[in-house]
This record gives sequence, structure tokens and C-alpha cells, in this order.
Amino acid sequence: MNYRKPSKLWHAFLVLVGASMLAPLAFMITTALSSPEGAMRATDNVLEMLIPQEWNWQNFAEVWEVVPFLRYYYNSLGIAVVVTFGQVFTSACAAYAFSRLHWPGRDKLFLCYLATMMVPGSVTMLPNFIAMKMAPELLASAFPGVDWMAMRYLGTGVDAPLVGRLIGLDSYFALIVPAMFSAYGTFLLRQFMLSIPRELEEAAHMDGCGYWKIFRIIIIPLCLPGLATLTIFTFMGAWGSFLWPLVMTNHDELRTLPLGLQAFQGQYGTEWHLMMSAALLMLLPIVAIFLMGQRFFISGLTVGAVKG
Amino acid sequence: MRGVGQRQETLAALCFLLPNLFGFLLFTLWPVVAAFLLSFTYWDLLTPPRWVGVSNFVDLLGFSSTADGWQANDPAFWKYLWNTLFLLLGLPLSMAGALGLAVILNKKLRFTYAYRLVFFLPGILAGVAIFYLWRWIYNPDYGLLNTALGMIGIEGPAWLTDILWAKPALILMGLWLGVGGTGMLLYLAALQAISSDLYEAAEIDGAGSWAQFRVITWPGVLPVTFFIFVMGIIGGLQGGFEMAYIMTQGGPHGATTTVGYYIYTMAYENFQMGYAAAVAWVLFVLILGITLLNWRFGGKNIS
Repeated sequence: MNYRKPSKLWHAFLVLVGASMLAPLAFMITTALSSPEGAMRATDNVLEMLIPQEWNWQNFAEVWEVVPFLRYYYNSLGIAVVVTFGQVFTSACAAYAFSRLHWPGRDKLFLCYLATMMVPGSVTMLPNFIAMKMAPELLASAFPGVDWMAMRYLGTGVDAPLVGRLIGLDSYFALIVPAMFSAYGTFLLRQFMLSIPRELEEAAHMDGCGYWKIFRIIIIPLCLPGLATLTIFTFMGAWGSFLWPLVMTNHDELRTLPLGLQAFQGQYGTEWHLMMSAALLMLLPIVAIFLMGQRFFISGLTVGAVKG
Repeated sequence: MRGVGQRQETLAALCFLLPNLFGFLLFTLWPVVAAFLLSFTYWDLLTPPRWVGVSNFVDLLGFSSTADGWQANDPAFWKYLWNTLFLLLGLPLSMAGALGLAVILNKKLRFTYAYRLVFFLPGILAGVAIFYLWRWIYNPDYGLLNTALGMIGIEGPAWLTDILWAKPALILMGLWLGVGGTGMLLYLAALQAISSDLYEAAEIDGAGSWAQFRVITWPGVLPVTFFIFVMGIIGGLQGGFEMAYIMTQGGPHGATTTVGYYIYTMAYENFQMGYAAAVAWVLFVLILGITLLNWRFGGKNIS
């Protein structure tokens, strides 16, 4: 362009946009480091809200003391890790069957998978909720030897952690198992596996490799980027999941971080300095994963979107 | 011989498929059917379910004649549907912003990578923690926004508790979350696919930047625009529960209650499982309709 605008102007604009993206996060950090009075102090100067005026690091310690934050953290972490492993494993296996093996009815069943990706979560959640609610009673009439309704503790005594029912509402089963299967994950990994050249498999087949071995030594290593993408997506989804655990649990001990944040909404108003510290602690793993796995993140977002 | 190999392959496929298929049938496919059946019942989970035919749908979608003329049987549903559509207004704004940012980032300036990272960040963090943050930002007395507005002499409203401003407040937050996210990345990818020869030729023909945008850039990004728009509508129709639950509890006076929130209230607070299933299925049919329209008219460009 012969009348090219000086790029300084564009930079000024982009910096402005970037600043407005970061300002809310700066406000979050400032509040998280404030004293209770400092957070609730009206000021005329917006900069005082964006640059920490106090350094109350003890807020981050207090968070773990005033509510069972460690328990929420354990729950979130444990559930997210198991869900992620489960979902990546079941999706990879199914994607292999859908992309590399030939069998009657394959494409029809895959279309079925695709079709369910359109169904809103609120539709499937209702029967799943009812099923979870009724599961202990049904199991009790089928297998009366076990007390399916009982809430279980790891040990005896008051302080022993509650681990909930074996199955049903207020169980880790309800929080984990339904999230371990995903049509989306199957679709995503199938896209990755379709691009693997046929010859490798055929050579391995000639050498007498079975399907499981081919899956393990050829398919899995070649679609590692796809697996990484799905791992990141699933973990982030499970970590931030709110509605499902909200509906499935009643006991505080079984609740996860997103639900646990509610605990800082006290009777006499929200303790914002603690709320923001807790929220930051919750976001920390997400930021870390994002910074480490950006490459996979972006490739995953564009899969199946546009071919031009 | 081929027959044996084929049988083996089918058997192997079945083994690989089994774990996923089990979960798919149990937690996805069967629940879709079950929700459909559920929508024809009255069930409060205390007494046995009662088959009520289409009466849930009549109560939900029907109109009755009253002294004041035709009245909706469930005015709340129509109000919440309107709220859901209103909140979708953020979508074109967010798309326009995303396209603008993508065009600028595509100019091969320095630090593009850093800008992209910063713009992308809010979308990554989206969720409960960020909704609490924005509730705090919108605090009329101590929040960031009204303090900033105060500095330029504007007395800001009470945002989330103001019946007029609650929806725009949620839209503004949505812009912050979404403008530099997936949409912007898809636009960037589409822009990079446009050949620079086209721009050079237009330059020679004396086309200004606006003309270049209209004739080259816009047709180039039209398929992506369509894709983002349809996906945004599908997502937007289902969404809104989490942010409303955290930030406004659906208020003030139901101003931020979406259809998704209505389903939650009906099912898990009022235990009207049949009615909730009917609302959920209506939502599903709406989304299905949009998807089919998309296939019919936009399918050529999008896979």
C-alpha cells in the first residue's frame, strides 16, 4: 500500500484492546491481595484498583482455612484426572474402530454419534439425573446384600472423609462415569486418525501384528497431537464443570471447586478478597495448561470447522 | 479366507468400540429417547409418573383466549425465550470485533503472537471464577466499571440489579470473553488463506482499503462467518445458565433467566420433570431446525 498507515497507530489500538482484556484480571489480582477493608473501599482512582496497594498474601492461606477448600481441590483434581484418562481412552479406542477398521454398519453408527452432538446437554441430563436418583433403590431390590443407600466414610469417626454412596446421587460414580464417554472426543480423534497413511498398518499386519498391537505401536504414537488436544479440552471442561456436580451432589464433601466458590458468599455479603483469591487458585492450573499446550489448543479448535 | 479375516476385523472393531458404545448408549442415546417419553408425563419424583399426553406441550407453547384476548399459557417461557434471543445480540458484535482484530493482526505487525495470546486468554478462563469476577466488577459501589466511569464523570447504573442494564451487562462480559477467542482464530486462518495477489491486483486497479475489504476480504471470510454465526446461535440458545446462576440468579425479575435456566428451575428446584423435559425438547427441536437450515443453505462451504 502506498499510503500505508503507520503501524504505530495499529499498535496503539491493539495495546488498548489488550489492556482492556487484562484490566479485569488485574482487578482480580488487586482484590485478591487486599485486606477485607481494602477490597470494600470506594476510590476515585481506577489505577488503585489495577495496581495492588497492599500485599496480603495471607488471603491465599486463609482460603484453605475458612472453607474445606482442600477437599474441593482434591475432588476437582481427582475427578478431572480420572474423567480425562477415561474419556481419552474410550474415545481413542472407538475412533480407531471408526477410522481404521471396516465392519458392517460402521458409517451408520458414526452418523448416530454425530447426530447426538447436536442434542443440548439439558435434554440428556434429565433422564441421567432420574436414573442416578433411582439407581440405589433399584440395585437394592436386585442385590439386597449391599446397602446401596448408605453414605460411606473412609474410616470410622467423625473426621474420616466422606466418600459418598457407591452409586447414585452423592457418589463419585455420578461425578465421574457419565463424563467418561464423549461423541465429540470420538469425532475429534477420528479426524486425526483418518490422516494416518494406510501403508504403515499394512506393513505391521504383514509382520503379524494384531489389531491391539497396531493400535498401540502405530496409531497412538502417530496421533499424539490429537490425544494432547483432547486431553487439554477434557481436563479443562471437567475442571470447570458446574451444572452437573451442582445437580448430582448435596454434600459439601463431594463438591468441586466451581461449587465451592459459593462458600465465600457469606450470610453478611460476599467476602470478595477471599473469593478472588480462591478464584485465582482455581484458574492457576488452567493458565498453566494453556501456556504449555497452546499449540494443541489451537489445532483442536479448527478441526472440523472450515475447509474453505 | 476373506470371510474369516472380515469376521476377525468386525470382532476386533466391536472390542475397541465396546467401552465407548456402552457409555454412549447408556448416558446419551437412551436419555434422548427417555427425555422424549418423559415430556409426555407428569412426574414429581415422589409419586409414580402419570401419562398426560401432549398437555405439557400445550401448557408450554399454547395460547388460550381470555377476556383480554389471546394469552400464552406459559408467559414465563416466552419471556425467557425472548431473554435468550436478546442475549444473542452479543454474537454479531463479538463477530465484528473478532473480524476487525483478525484483519489488524493479519497485517504482519510485530508482537502479533503476544497480542493473540492476550486476546485469547479470557475465553480460556471462562467459567464460574470469571463470572464471580464480573459480578465484582459490576458492583455499583466498589466495582471496577463504575469507578472507571466515575473518572470520566458518568455515574454508572447498578448493572446486574438494574432491570434495564442487566442484559447489556451480560452481553458486555460476553464480548470480553469471546471477541479474541475461537472466532478470531478462525478468521485469522481464513484471512491467511486469501492470496495476496488479489490485493496487489486491486491495488493496481486503484481500489481503496474499504473497497478491497468489500470485494476481496469479505467474500473470503463469508463461509467462516456463517459457521461462527450458526455455532454461536446453537451455543447461545442452550447457554446462559451458569452466568445467570452465579451473577444474577436469573433476576432482576427474571430479566436474565434463559431457557436453559428455566429448565434447571423446573427440573431441579420444582421437580416438574415432565414439563422440564418438554422445554428441553422444544429447545432441541429449535436447534435441530437451525442445523438443518445450515446444512441446506450453508453446507457447501462448511464441513
